[in-house]
Amino acid sequence: MNNAGERLYNGLVKENPTFVLMLGMCPTLAVTTSAMNGLGMGLTTMVVLTLSNLIISLLRNIIPSRVRIPAFIVIIASFVTAVQLLLEAYIPDLNKSLGVYIPLIVVNCIILGRAESYAYSNPVIPSIFDGLGMGLGFTFALTCIGAVRELLGAGELFGFGLLPESFEPIRIFGQAPGAFFVLAALVALQNYIKNARKKAGKSYEKIGSGCSEDCMNCSEKNCAKRFYDEKAPQRGMKEIKTSNRQKEDGKTARPDAYEEDR
Amino acid sequence: MSELFKVSSNPHIRSKVSTNGLMMAVVLALMPAAGFGIYNFGPRALAVIVVTIGSTILTEYFFGLYKKKLTITDLSAVVTGLLLALNLPVSIPLWMAALGGVFAILVVKMLFGGLGQNFMNPALAARCFLLISFPTAMTAFDCDAYTGATPLAALKAGEQVNVLDMVIGRTAGTIGETSLIAILIGACVLILLGVIDLRIPGSYIVTFLLFVGIFGGHGFHPAYLAAQLSGGGLMLGAFFMATDYVTRPITIKGQYVFGIFLGLMTGIFRVFGPGAEGVSYAIILGNLLVPLIEKYTKPTAFGYRKGGKGREK
Repeated sequence: MNNAGERLYNGLVKENPTFVLMLGMCPTLAVTTSAMNGLGMGLTTMVVLTLSNLIISLLRNIIPSRVRIPAFIVIIASFVTAVQLLLEAYIPDLNKSLGVYIPLIVVNCIILGRAESYAYSNPVIPSIFDGLGMGLGFTFALTCIGAVRELLGAGELFGFGLLPESFEPIRIFGQAPGAFFVLAALVALQNYIKNARKKAGKSYEKIGSGCSEDCMNCSEKNCAKRFYDEKAPQRGMKEIKTSNRQKEDGKTARPDAYEEDR
Repeated sequence: MSELFKVSSNPHIRSKVSTNGLMMAVVLALMPAAGFGIYNFGPRALAVIVVTIGSTILTEYFFGLYKKKLTITDLSAVVTGLLLALNLPVSIPLWMAALGGVFAILVVKMLFGGLGQNFMNPALAARCFLLISFPTAMTAFDCDAYTGATPLAALKAGEQVNVLDMVIGRTAGTIGETSLIAILIGACVLILLGVIDLRIPGSYIVTFLLFVGIFGGHGFHPAYLAAQLSGGGLMLGAFFMATDYVTRPITIKGQYVFGIFLGLMTGIFRVFGPGAEGVSYAIILGNLLVPLIEKYTKPTAFGYRKGGKGREK
């Protein structure tokens, strides 16, 4: 579950952030007016996501769990600022067409989601590949949506006129409603393909976040996501989130923030 | 499921009204408007009507094949196609008309569950889809018979319009909207057959007239009011689209609220909006509010106190 190839496959196909997890809808719907914009937005997000996953995974033993969200935001915001300055310097056109959606990557829920659900509780190398996979999946989805919208809404693909002159662009696809139509159609298409391949015996069970979220009945005792402590019932039914990295480190399970509050 | 419907011992009330009977009535009632459109604009109007209806029927047929449940026999696709065609300008390229038909049936109706589940009027949604997609082609009302602006646009620009021509329908416009007389004949047929009643059209038109009378800038001048009334898609919308069984409120109070809302919105769009027309946007906006209207106009059930506060003692 943690090897590099599997992380990439998971991000691209099994848990594609746009088509399966339905995260990051704001940039998905807003900037995909052309394939180029979609590609640019996706790659920018991928760079930020990979770097923030790397740093958060490195710092996972240092960041206290009570202030982890602000810490994530600070890390992500630093990378976004850096990336934005780079874009401004080297690809000013793209920067202009993406506009306010570049700074908004700070609050992109894919990045925050991967930090919280993967990088914070996993080693560095898988975290990098998780970021890469998720970023590639996001890029792939945005480019697809952008390509369809650009083709139908402007008759072009990556700025090249592909369709004959006589084709009258269907302008609604370049506008907000078109984004919803195309997204819905592509999600339906990928579900159709996956269902067809499932029937042929291929598995698309989500593996990324790892589980059915039913820790009580889960057999994997050392699972990184485990929040249920089986010793809790004996201590009087306190179900405490034990911080797993301390378990990994071989220390005794220390009660987490909730207990400290008392 | 089908077995459940056979449970029958008491003499339950039966109605001879069927879906295709209703749809047939609407198609018949639309015939005068369609016929006048063809007479007015020439054979190309017929081509647009045929192509649009053909595309709605084919879309419904193919979706039915995919879902293994054929529903074209209820004729609702014909009504949708005909209404859409009557809302298109005669010079529209035929492939756009066909695309509108596909959008109406596939996206607005079938994907939401078919007839009875569509949350807005498919024909109007398709008209708005085309209007946003092809603004030039959808507002090009020049044709062999007429050139220049529609009477509503001329009215908005402050020009004089010939009200008699507008009542008869000898003006530019979409295929089915120009003739007040033809639409009223169809509306009378529907009312006499009991398919629709006057609640929604009546409250819609009265509210609209009051609104343009107060805010239109010409006061209650009869010629101005008559021009506003017979120009554009107001009559077609009020009698044939606002009264759509699926997308109107089912409560009686709600129907009045719905009509008043449509009248206000159409007035606002026409008087204050950038364009001359606003009926289709007003109606689909009203369609979206129907669940809300129904929620607040639910009648008190027999034996219950007003306001839904429990049973009467």
